[in-house]
Amino acid sequence: MTIDYSPMTNIDRTLAPDFKAIDNITLLRPQSQQLDNGCKIFCFNSGGQELVRIEWIFGNLRFNPAKPMLNMATNTMLTEGTSTLNAAQIADKIDFYGAFLQVEYGYENSTVTLYSLNKHLHHTLPVIFDLLTNSTFPEKELETFKRNQQQKLQVSLQKNDFIARRDFNKAVYGDTIYGLGATPDNYKSLQRDDLVAHYKEMYQPANCTIIIAGKVEADALSLISDTFDKNWLNGPVAANTTQPELTPATDLFYFTEKPEALQSAIRMGIPTINRNHADFQPMQVLNTVLGGYFGSRLMANIREDKGYTYGIGSGLSSLKQGGAFFIATEVGADVCKSAVEEIEKELNLLKTELIPDEELDLVRNYMLGSLLGSLENVFSHADKFKSIYFAGLDYDYYDRYAATVKNTTSQQLLDLANKYFDFDSFYKVIVGKY
Amino acid sequence: MVKFNRFTLDNGLRVIVHEDNTTPMAVLNILYDVGARDEDADQTGFAHLFEHLMFGGSVNIPSYDEPLQRVGGENNAFTSNDITNYYITLPSANIETAFWLESDRMLSLAFSEKSLEVQRNVVIEEFKQRYLNQPYGDVWLKLRPLVYKTHSYRWATIGKTIKHIEDARIEDVKAFFKKHYNPQNAIMVVGGDVNLEQVKQLAEKWFGSIPAGEKYIRNLPQEADQHEERRETVTAKVPLNDVYIAFQMGARLDEDYYAVELLSDVLSRGHSSRLYRSLVQDKQIFSEVHAYITSSLDKGMFVLEGKPLENISIEQAEAALWEELEKIKNEEVPADELTKVQNKTESTMVFSEMSLLDKAMNLASFELLGDANLLNQETEKYLAVTGAQIKQAANKIFRKDNSSTLIYLADKAAVSESEFSELEN
Repeated sequence: MTIDYSPMTNIDRTLAPDFKAIDNITLLRPQSQQLDNGCKIFCFNSGGQELVRIEWIFGNLRFNPAKPMLNMATNTMLTEGTSTLNAAQIADKIDFYGAFLQVEYGYENSTVTLYSLNKHLHHTLPVIFDLLTNSTFPEKELETFKRNQQQKLQVSLQKNDFIARRDFNKAVYGDTIYGLGATPDNYKSLQRDDLVAHYKEMYQPANCTIIIAGKVEADALSLISDTFDKNWLNGPVAANTTQPELTPATDLFYFTEKPEALQSAIRMGIPTINRNHADFQPMQVLNTVLGGYFGSRLMANIREDKGYTYGIGSGLSSLKQGGAFFIATEVGADVCKSAVEEIEKELNLLKTELIPDEELDLVRNYMLGSLLGSLENVFSHADKFKSIYFAGLDYDYYDRYAATVKNTTSQQLLDLANKYFDFDSFYKVIVGKY
Repeated sequence: MVKFNRFTLDNGLRVIVHEDNTTPMAVLNILYDVGARDEDADQTGFAHLFEHLMFGGSVNIPSYDEPLQRVGGENNAFTSNDITNYYITLPSANIETAFWLESDRMLSLAFSEKSLEVQRNVVIEEFKQRYLNQPYGDVWLKLRPLVYKTHSYRWATIGKTIKHIEDARIEDVKAFFKKHYNPQNAIMVVGGDVNLEQVKQLAEKWFGSIPAGEKYIRNLPQEADQHEERRETVTAKVPLNDVYIAFQMGARLDEDYYAVELLSDVLSRGHSSRLYRSLVQDKQIFSEVHAYITSSLDKGMFVLEGKPLENISIEQAEAALWEELEKIKNEEVPADELTKVQNKTESTMVFSEMSLLDKAMNLASFELLGDANLLNQETEKYLAVTGAQIKQAANKIFRKDNSSTLIYLADKAAVSESEFSELEN
């Protein structure tokens, strides 16, 4: 370029401004208490807005392969009626006070979340108490749920990435809650009695952790603990939250042909370590290099150089029982084979060549900036706590994380790639054309 | 209440500063006043393709992403029919890097042929992934030209056809940049752990010397009011029938905008809303049903969408939707129901103040509408809406001769029978 764009000033636009590495990351820690009924409460008090997020988190019951949708159905239907309020009244009460109520089922826990302005807590909390103690799972609403879920499933099953994900999970995690792939029949066979029994065993105070985040002054906290203390009793049978072992499948390759597909979904990976293993944090560094951010090698090669895809990424799932490493993308149907070859190339490169210092430095800074940026507000601090608490870890996990990101060497990463990335043992799922 | 300060550089760049010292982060958001509505009819999808090219290196900086990631920052962008918005979040200690990067690409891009070629392919894959290879993914490609006959809202941001993306040439890219990407057409918001003086100094240092460029005068043919019922039926490889009814509605700055938005909330916000309660729960017509508005800067769309249950005919489904619309046209929304949607809107505004990036984007959007401080007046405008105004809005919008109905009929034969035979080899 010969044109001088900045005649008025002397700045050299080709030089990046100085920058500082991030060294201080401070996490808020909760106040904790345990109620007489066994329910644990963790409270994060911070923030300027007069609002609060409260989560009631319950450990999932042991997975029963004969009734795979039971956990999801029970959780989802908590908002569908109690002995005093029907579904419409529950929704009305929550909406009238400008609150938000969400139910969410995960692999390990199921959650009821309330977002409420503080001034309306005395109206909104009793609704949650009712949900957790008096839900009735009415027949009519259950029928509606079953029918609508089957319809939604039909739509999802037309999406290649959806099919790829469930086939992959089934292969890697086997017949467990992690490997669950619903069929219409699974919904059809849901029985109200089973939901009620599941509810009674799972939604008990001794199986509940309450996490509060927001501007929680003493009066709000005591309102919450009072509501969920003396009047909330455990049932006769404690919740069994143990889970069966993961048993990955023997077949490694799964191809679902869609002759008219414009794109193929690719998902591949391997069962691996979880958060509790010493290699997990350095593996997060390795994963970031490979496919964990926009500038990753997979993105740079397969999107930005080849233009095969709109997006590609890799990740580590950490579960109680184990974990998985995976790579996922949707690519042009005609370049599917080439994309798989490029993925293999990138994995092999990590096993044979040291990551250059410049790239690794960038990833270190990116990961620390990303951690800092993920602490946007008091809710994010509570989320960070959940990640360690439910994995049985302490706050030194994050101190170690920062140290690992700063200090892991490229030799260690090369060794890890050789230890964990054996492409021939990867499970590979393709949906579309191959 | 989102507090801010404002100043304008000599070259016309508008700058808004929102200090928030509860976070160690900073955000730099730049809104360019250009969207898909500013494209030529034979070169659609260009604003969005251009957004991708903004990451392909600028005149003095070969890589945009790399230096940002090196200082712990992240960025993204989006294009709509009205605007193109770019944002960076990074540790506040490194805010100058954001100024350096954003100012250089406002100054000039590298205009690399390689970048154009790759981003054409990436956008074509995006087109396939989001619009063509998904059931119902092409709905906006069909619905927009039904609702709009004159206005450039008749195409989606992705473009009318992949061909337009394929045909993009580097000369077009340069011309588009010159026309739209200059300080006069941009609004910058800097927020987070920053202060006004620091931002003034950095803005002057990095953006002050960028030539003002020519002001783009928008002169789009406006859409005439609709006075005919429109309808299209497509048979597609989708698993379920689907009904869309779109109505023309006013523009974002029209007086009755707030009444119309609350009208859509009464109909469809949450499980206590009318359409869900009546048509999903009670009458069991749909498995899902929604109503929403597009909040467009020119004449917008009010859209109803529902997937009927398999035993329900398209005629029954449409009739059930119209019955709800007639009801809200004829009977004023009861006070409790109005208070409910107003309370919900109020608390949504409070919750949105939890996110620094949301605040920055909102300030930029309202400044584009005329004044960033409108953001702080939003809640009272919603609270001032009356039942009579909602009824009036419903009567104005929900007319048969203002409707465009798009029906997807499921082509059952085309749905693969192997769907449930999992794990084939």
